[in-house]
Amino acid sequence: MEATYNYKVVRQFAIMTVVWGIVGMLVGVILSAQLIWPALTEALGPLAPYLSYGRIRPLHTNAVIFAFGGCALFATSLYIVQRTCQTRLLSDGLASFVFWGWQLVIVLAAVSLPLGVTSGKEYAELEWPIDLLIAVVWVAYAVLFLGTIVIRKTQHIYVANWFFGAFIITIAVLHIVNSAQLPWILGGDASSWWKSYSAYAGVHDAMVQWWYGHNAVGFFLTTAFLGMMYYFVPKQAGRPIFSYRLSIVHFWSLNFIYMWAGPHHLLYTALPDWAQSLGMVFSLMLIAPSWGGMMNGIMTLSGAWHKLRTDPILKFLITALSFYGMSTFEGPMMSVKTVNALSHYTEWTIGHVHSGALGWVAMISIGSLYYLIPRLFGREEMWSTRLINVHFWWSTIGVVLYIAALWIAGVAQGLMWRATNADGTLTYSFAQSVNAMYPFYTIRLIGGTMFFAGMLLMAYNVWKTVAAGRAVNDARIPQAVAA
Amino acid sequence: MDILYLLIPLSLVFVAFIAVVFLWAVRSGQFEDMEGPAHRILLDDDLPPSSGESTQTKKTSDNDH
Repeated sequence: MEATYNYKVVRQFAIMTVVWGIVGMLVGVILSAQLIWPALTEALGPLAPYLSYGRIRPLHTNAVIFAFGGCALFATSLYIVQRTCQTRLLSDGLASFVFWGWQLVIVLAAVSLPLGVTSGKEYAELEWPIDLLIAVVWVAYAVLFLGTIVIRKTQHIYVANWFFGAFIITIAVLHIVNSAQLPWILGGDASSWWKSYSAYAGVHDAMVQWWYGHNAVGFFLTTAFLGMMYYFVPKQAGRPIFSYRLSIVHFWSLNFIYMWAGPHHLLYTALPDWAQSLGMVFSLMLIAPSWGGMMNGIMTLSGAWHKLRTDPILKFLITALSFYGMSTFEGPMMSVKTVNALSHYTEWTIGHVHSGALGWVAMISIGSLYYLIPRLFGREEMWSTRLINVHFWWSTIGVVLYIAALWIAGVAQGLMWRATNADGTLTYSFAQSVNAMYPFYTIRLIGGTMFFAGMLLMAYNVWKTVAAGRAVNDARIPQAVAA
Repeated sequence: MDILYLLIPLSLVFVAFIAVVFLWAVRSGQFEDMEGPAHRILLDDDLPPSSGESTQTKKTSDNDH
């Protein structure tokens, strides 16, 4: 009996990435339409409350980050750890548990959030029973991933695994500390047993929340996707990473600095001034490792730039890196207090998030999946390379429309809010600044819809690839290439 | 800011943990070779045997062993 890899769990997560991507982005499109036509979903009558903006906004963020992004990370990390450690996953049973457990979390989120069940903490809205389930599944994932590294057949641990490892451990700690809460049922009220209150109060809660929130961005949406980048960019380009040494430096410096940047979400709040400044300084320092990593990825193509002309998968990966570079420059700039005074609470922030989320996270995932899916289904390549190319252009134009519209919208908003007349009264009412947003919201809706439509193309392409292929259940583990 | 009495010790424990892992990595020789690992992932051929003949290829190779 030959030793084989566990591709089943990778395949499951890969397919669900596409499914949840479509769901999450569709909700995003609905939300952006609601901003233009606030009464859009009112026509649904009794169903209207479940689709109101306040309830489906967290549904959108949870779906794209934890369902789409999460599944993409599970799929790629469990593939990479097996291929680079040249060993099968620690346990097939544990792998199944992680897959089904995570799907259950997603479904529970999709039901509870529209019902209005929320703890009210951004990106951590799910109530305590779901929080407990997340903790259990996450620990299982940690055991599965780290355990596989322990039983590896190679001496060296490839750098991508370091990124995934840091992501898994940090998210576990962040989730558990930030979700510390008191279930209301302990207060004696069983009528809303799912309700809970945070263990922290006031500004303390805000500080813990953004220590979590920022590091969730840092370790979930950056570190982990960098792990993806460090494997799939070299593989797709057929060239080793530009500098392996730099990738190691990138890893350790990113980890040491990222943890301290959280307070930049709380500039000009009740947080002590020194803590705000500390957050700002560390945010600025982050440019160095971020740009080092971006250069490392892009320069991998050095000497083979021509591949970008013909290979749409590589276009996805390299464009993703460009957006990574752009948003990791924009982020530190926005954390500078004087810039933040203008940008805070405006659409600029939403634009920034999407340049990272669509440009970096989604595009690197999409590129990686186009690499992965044929290999999981016994094909040499995707059913249609031309469709990948079309997908690439739709997504790229979509993101650019989206973020450019919100840059202008955000700056306009910020300037209108702070404008004063000679006598000190405000020049514009709040409603006037809302009114000024309509053209930009419309462009944003068009950009978002293009990105969403690209995902539909992808689903069709994946469907055709899977239908024509056959699931590879027993990919053989090659003899160790070198010890 | 009583919350810092939680967050700072927590961060310090974390940094200590990172430092331990880092030291282990250095001492166990993880970073001795800064060229080989980058090339090694490229030697790992993960393309499936071309479709159609995949089962056949597998059968013959099974017989080999």
